[in-house]
Amino acid sequence: MITGLLFCSVPVTGMGQQVGAYGVQDTLRSGFSSVKNELLPSHALELSEKNFQLNQDKMNFSNLRNIQGLHAPLKLQMEYRAARQIQRLPFLQSSHLALDTLKGNDESISFEDILNDPSQSEMVGEPHIMMEYKLGLM
Amino acid sequence: MATLSVCQPQLGGFSFENCKRNAVLEAEVTKLGCNVPSARKTGTTICGVVFKDGIVLGADTRATEGMIVADKNCSKIHYISPNIYCCGAGTAADTEMTTQIISSNLELHSLSTSRLPRVATANRMLKQMLFRYQGHIGAALVLGGVDCNGPHLYSIYPHGSTDKLPYVTMGSGSLAAMAVFEDRYKQDMEEEDAKRLVRDAIAAGIFNDLGSGSNIDLCVITKGRVDYLRPHDMANKKGVRSQRLIRPVYAYKQGTTGVLTKSVIKLDLEVVEETVQTMDTS
Repeated sequence: MITGLLFCSVPVTGMGQQVGAYGVQDTLRSGFSSVKNELLPSHALELSEKNFQLNQDKMNFSNLRNIQGLHAPLKLQMEYRAARQIQRLPFLQSSHLALDTLKGNDESISFEDILNDPSQSEMVGEPHIMMEYKLGLM
Repeated sequence: MATLSVCQPQLGGFSFENCKRNAVLEAEVTKLGCNVPSARKTGTTICGVVFKDGIVLGADTRATEGMIVADKNCSKIHYISPNIYCCGAGTAADTEMTTQIISSNLELHSLSTSRLPRVATANRMLKQMLFRYQGHIGAALVLGGVDCNGPHLYSIYPHGSTDKLPYVTMGSGSLAAMAVFEDRYKQDMEEEDAKRLVRDAIAAGIFNDLGSGSNIDLCVITKGRVDYLRPHDMANKKGVRSQRLIRPVYAYKQGTTGVLTKSVIKLDLEVVEETVQTMDTS
């Protein structure tokens, strides 16, 4: 498959750099940056895959709203929000059992379950940094 | 794998971290004149036909890697569920993983609904997944099976479009196989006729297309019975070397060379000396 820049020549806004304090690029945490790296996605599917779940949810919720009224997506989203809070601290592996059951992920298998399993990842996140990021102190 | 600090937990699925590095490496390698290693494709002939009581699926058994045959007897008819089978053409790994994932999903689905899965369900799952990846997963499939509504046959293209037809062919030998189908297909054939038709179509693909070869596999699916015939027909048998495998015998048969004359001369030998030497066996 030719993954060259032929398919990725349109700059895209979703690939923004990590902005640290004072609105400037944070070299310490995200390394050196170049405009070309930030603007152009490295693969045609990168952006689509990053936002796939979000877009699916948006589509489903808006369908639900049109069919059943506003209460249906509201109730579901409240349940999702409650289930999302049942997890361990960010640097530990949580099973997301309640969230998966609500979303229906317990009855399907896709590449997210087979490839790049987070529980087998070679990198361990630093506990302090991940906690600060989660609490918004970073 | 980034060496910067990780702020958010990693997600599963495809990771595009090395794409830019790969593009740079590919450019460097082509500048030196070498070739990047290519994925193993199946360069295939696969086909399927609907007959009176069910479906017949057929496939050849050659897998190629560029110009070399990588596997002389690979299996291209994959199991999806007890009543549904799927032939795969295109990149071998893609067809293998895709059919396995869909088979698992269909099993979970059928456990959840307590019913035998339908071919239309498998078709929809496959097309939604292939469309999600916009054709980067190179899997062209022929999906066939018998469910509560009768026999169904679908062809699924790598970008996610599907066709529901009475006879389909896919792969590099699809034109040769389709020529045979267009000539001899009839509605409501008997099982033996359908098997012969599929065998001839795959044979046309094998003999007229470089990417297909070796044997012909068939899969006959009817209500309540699946016959997985592998191999159904060995169209390209390899020659047999001589009997002895360790040290082959290159001898000629008796009588290969004609005998013209034969004369026997007896040599008279007399005993001159006789000595005995004892062996030291200590």
